Amino acid sequence: MQGGMERTTGEKMVLNFGPQHPATHGTLRIVLELDGETVLKATPHAGYLHTGFEKLGEHLDYNQFIVVTDRMNYLSPLSNNFGYVLAVEQLLGIEVPERCQYIRVLMAELSRLADHLLWLGTAALDLGAFSVFLYSFREREKLYSIFEKTTGARLTTSYTRVGGVFRDLYDGFDNDARDFITNFPKALKETHTLLTRNRIWMDRTKGVGAISSDDAINYGLTGPCLRATGVAHDIRKAEPYSSYEKFDFDVPVGTNGDAYDRYLVRMEEMIQSCGIIRQALDNLPDGPFSLEDNKVMMPHKSDAYGHIEGLIHHFKIVMDGHGVQPPKGEDYCATESPNGELGFYIVSDGSGTGYRIRIRPPSFFHFQALPHMLEGGMVSDTVAVLGSLNVIAGELDR
Amino acid sequence: MNEEKEVSEEEQPLVLQKLQDKFADALLASAEIRQGVAVVVNKENIYALLEYLKTDLAYSFLVDVTAVDNSKLESELIQYDYARFMVVYHLYTYEGETSRIRVKVPVHEKDLKIPSVTQLWKGANWLERETYDMFGIEFEGHPNLSRILTPDDFEGHPLRKDYPLRGRGERESFNFEKQNV
Repeated sequence: MQGGMERTTGEKMVLNFGPQHPATHGTLRIVLELDGETVLKATPHAGYLHTGFEKLGEHLDYNQFIVVTDRMNYLSPLSNNFGYVLAVEQLLGIEVPERCQYIRVLMAELSRLADHLLWLGTAALDLGAFSVFLYSFREREKLYSIFEKTTGARLTTSYTRVGGVFRDLYDGFDNDARDFITNFPKALKETHTLLTRNRIWMDRTKGVGAISSDDAINYGLTGPCLRATGVAHDIRKAEPYSSYEKFDFDVPVGTNGDAYDRYLVRMEEMIQSCGIIRQALDNLPDGPFSLEDNKVMMPHKSDAYGHIEGLIHHFKIVMDGHGVQPPKGEDYCATESPNGELGFYIVSDGSGTGYRIRIRPPSFFHFQALPHMLEGGMVSDTVAVLGSLNVIAGELDR
Repeated sequence: MNEEKEVSEEEQPLVLQKLQDKFADALLASAEIRQGVAVVVNKENIYALLEYLKTDLAYSFLVDVTAVDNSKLESELIQYDYARFMVVYHLYTYEGETSRIRVKVPVHEKDLKIPSVTQLWKGANWLERETYDMFGIEFEGHPNLSRILTPDDFEGHPLRKDYPLRGRGERESFNFEKQNV
């Protein structure tokens, strides 16, 4: 971060960065006040992708809202599905079978890999490392075919249901997933050789966009961005949910809280995720993949078509005012999504629709802290810092 | 926040005891929740309580600030003197057992002002702006209390219960420049 305020000459230039700039990955906008190439002031603007998810939550029933959660962090829709149904299940006071918990962990970790891979590819692309982009998308594609086979969709997965997941893993999932985690560390090594000791990459990211751990907590940063500052906080460890306490994994931390450390933390997290996936595959319990309580879960199709009981249950769950109805109350449930703490605060009035569904998106806080990391730096660092934060407009604006 | 959820004095977490000692008259309700405690405090003491939580009890991480429009939730309205809004703060501490705390403040519609906590947490800035945008709660002392998710010239507060899902504030009602065909 050479060149500080002392070089100010009085001539200011205002640069509108986004919302259509390719490095903003969507609809982010930053207004930069520049003196030469030095950023004097940065003002991020949110809201270009505001779609009223929270308002929709008050009009859709609990299972319908899962579809909306797909569109929040569109790099890892499975994590959003997971976090949301966990919150509803906690309101209902139910716990899903162990196999289901493992399936959800598997999916959450695979989507963490997919999210970090896309982040890696685009962050590197922003700084001119085109081959990294191709390498990471090659790997990501393999993950997306696993998602497609499991859930039927690449992006709009809507895999989870309140009380379970909508179908079991396919035959051959074990093979595909094992195949991936065996080959993936090798592929990641290629990226390491391309970037980690690369002079240009280090110059562009080391010491750029640094934030101290106190400031990071004060700004509400979570996930890899917080861990890069040296705070070893991971909700999977601190408040284990969905059997995470049974898994053995490390929480990688950085020291400087700069773009380079965020890169290293995410790279190591991917390796840790592979370990979690391997453990989950090894220990995947048998048994039902969903709650077998027809007051919560939809009965199997053959039941709905073949038995009057099943038909009644199907009808009851689908009809407004008969399906999933948590008791009056409220709950806040946080999960460790790839970007950080993804929280759902749900207030229930006892009906089939949430009274208030508040989503606490990690990107909102990261984008807010952007001026702190940019001001005093160079204009070209804006791209590096923004890339390192992985701000997703879908969950930022909701 | 129901009566039966309240716990006897001996078993309750230390944090709750401390809060009750210090803010005895200000606390309207308290309860134990999963991984923590929840308290309802009156508006006059909210800043002092949050400051106390942050500086003395190490709740250094402001997880979330939001609000709930209780106008269709009869039980809450009756319990809190027909206050329409409930501003909700979620805090987290990296130390200690009671990791999470939820602080709620009833706010009447005729007086929507509530002190801003941007002095305590920089992260509160946008959260309060969003709460203002969505509910119209006015945070006093906020450096830039403007709309954040909706456009600046937007009318109304979309997450209020009397704001329709469709109809007002839709795309058609904005003044777009007409394109020459």
